Amino acid sequence: MPRISTVVYSIGQGGKNLRRNRMFSLASIGTMAACLFLFGIFYFLLQNLQYAIKGAETNVGVTVFFDEGTDVVRIAQIREEIEKRSEVAYVNYISAEEAWERYRETSLSEEQAKSFGEDNPLENSASLEVHTSDVTAQDALVRYIESIPQVRLVNDSKELADMLSSINRAVSIVTTVIIAILAAVAVFLISTTISTGVSIRAQEISIMKLIGATDFFIEAPYFVEGILLGAIGAVIPLVLLNVIYRRISGYITERLVSVLGRGTMLLDSGQVFATLIPLSLAIGIGIGALGTWVTLKKQLRKLH
Amino acid sequence: MLMPEGDGKDAFRLRHFLYFCRRAGNKERKKTLGKRYDLESQLKDIDMPVILFENVSKEYQSGIPALKNVNIEIRKGEFVFIVGNSGSGKSTLIKLMLKEIKPTSGRVYVAGKLLEKLRSWQVAKFRRKLGIVFQDFRLLPDRSVFENVAFAQHVIEAPAREVRRQTPRMLALVGLSEKAKAMPKELSGGEQQRVALARALVNNPVILLADEPTGNLDPKNSWEIMRLLEDINRRGTTVVVVTHNREIVDEMQKRVITVKNGIIVSDQKGGYAYAKNKYSSI
Repeated sequence: MPRISTVVYSIGQGGKNLRRNRMFSLASIGTMAACLFLFGIFYFLLQNLQYAIKGAETNVGVTVFFDEGTDVVRIAQIREEIEKRSEVAYVNYISAEEAWERYRETSLSEEQAKSFGEDNPLENSASLEVHTSDVTAQDALVRYIESIPQVRLVNDSKELADMLSSINRAVSIVTTVIIAILAAVAVFLISTTISTGVSIRAQEISIMKLIGATDFFIEAPYFVEGILLGAIGAVIPLVLLNVIYRRISGYITERLVSVLGRGTMLLDSGQVFATLIPLSLAIGIGIGALGTWVTLKKQLRKLH
Repeated sequence: MLMPEGDGKDAFRLRHFLYFCRRAGNKERKKTLGKRYDLESQLKDIDMPVILFENVSKEYQSGIPALKNVNIEIRKGEFVFIVGNSGSGKSTLIKLMLKEIKPTSGRVYVAGKLLEKLRSWQVAKFRRKLGIVFQDFRLLPDRSVFENVAFAQHVIEAPAREVRRQTPRMLALVGLSEKAKAMPKELSGGEQQRVALARALVNNPVILLADEPTGNLDPKNSWEIMRLLEDINRRGTTVVVVTHNREIVDEMQKRVITVKNGIIVSDQKGGYAYAKNKYSSI
């Protein structure tokens, strides 16, 4: 187990290595920052798209109609049964009077509406509007509701639900692929920087080995260097992304929400960055450490 | 318990065996002996060679034999020159002592360790018992004189206060106290070699190995370095110098091991000229 003074010394040497190898360090930090900046942009897109899809999902409903003569008590029982399902977000009861009121307002002129007088032609059209929290489970929900006695008809918006599921899947796949490519590029660059550092300092390393330095003593500063490169490369884009996201979010709130509705609002920045910050730092530091480990195994074996 | 006497190799092996028995932690033996021994007092008490080559041969992968059946015994406190022309095998001897390479056959014992038994993780600790000085100084160019010497102590994880105490002392020993903050490129060749010496000595090594320490120096600086080495030897450190500087070897009248084509052709005290006169084939 190395002493604390050795660990402190290694950290200091790792920091000094960054300064000694300035040009390569800047190149690595710049590339890591660019990679994580793009990652952040895609992360925003993914999170906000999923947020929008979630919002749309809850507006996509299934409408349940009942057999003639089904009373209010029975409809309430059926509503309770449906609400127990995990994929159900909430259920609205539309009475026959409400249904007729809606139809009259949206589809009939005043004269046409007056001609019906006090009659309600939709007296058997009480219904339940069922909103799901998971659009992919809608098929199973529809089959379940259809199996309930006294349910006459179930209308679902299957096509819209399928489209939203497809968009969600596609965005997730594309984001994952892009992130994987960016990570591979970043690992390669960090690896090259460390490799160059080891080659430049080959003589120093051989001197260290001859005067009795352990492998930890030799390798630790390079790990510190790689981790610092990754961490700095992660912090810079986080700061930029924070500024950009707040500006865009503010612009949308001011200009577009009143025109296009609340559906265009972005996720709160606190919510997004609560996960983006630790994720970016973990990726940056992880790539830095991985690139260093891969290089040291290869390079130091050559020097031995 | 009687210690085996004599300089023969069997006697050496027996002493070596007893030494390792003691260190193995056998409680009964410890009680019998009455006290624990550290490495240096072990060596002092039983007069074991600090360097022993037993029938060592080394052949490189190209098939070129660098050493053939070499036997060398160097005791604690000796000052030994190893001389020979280029390609004679002198540097191979140093590399074997440092465990940079393995012998093709035979055994090498250094500072009480059979080198072939050392695992890779034990090599670093072993090398801390040695001080090494090279012809090209091998200082770290981006660190000051103080940092170059202190570096050897950081390597062995010496406490910070020990570094602050010992490093200036070593710089004073080699006469470079006022140059502690200078960078290597600001020093002359002789000064750089003195920094290398200070680095080699700062951890109180059992053996100091010097591979052509005056190879890149003018005569004045060469003599300064050799006087320093002599002073270090007088303080108790075993010194082994590989060189082809015949003038220095002759003047200093120390033990000279002469290597030619991988074979020890002479092992005498008295300088190179004496050896050359006696063994005209050198």
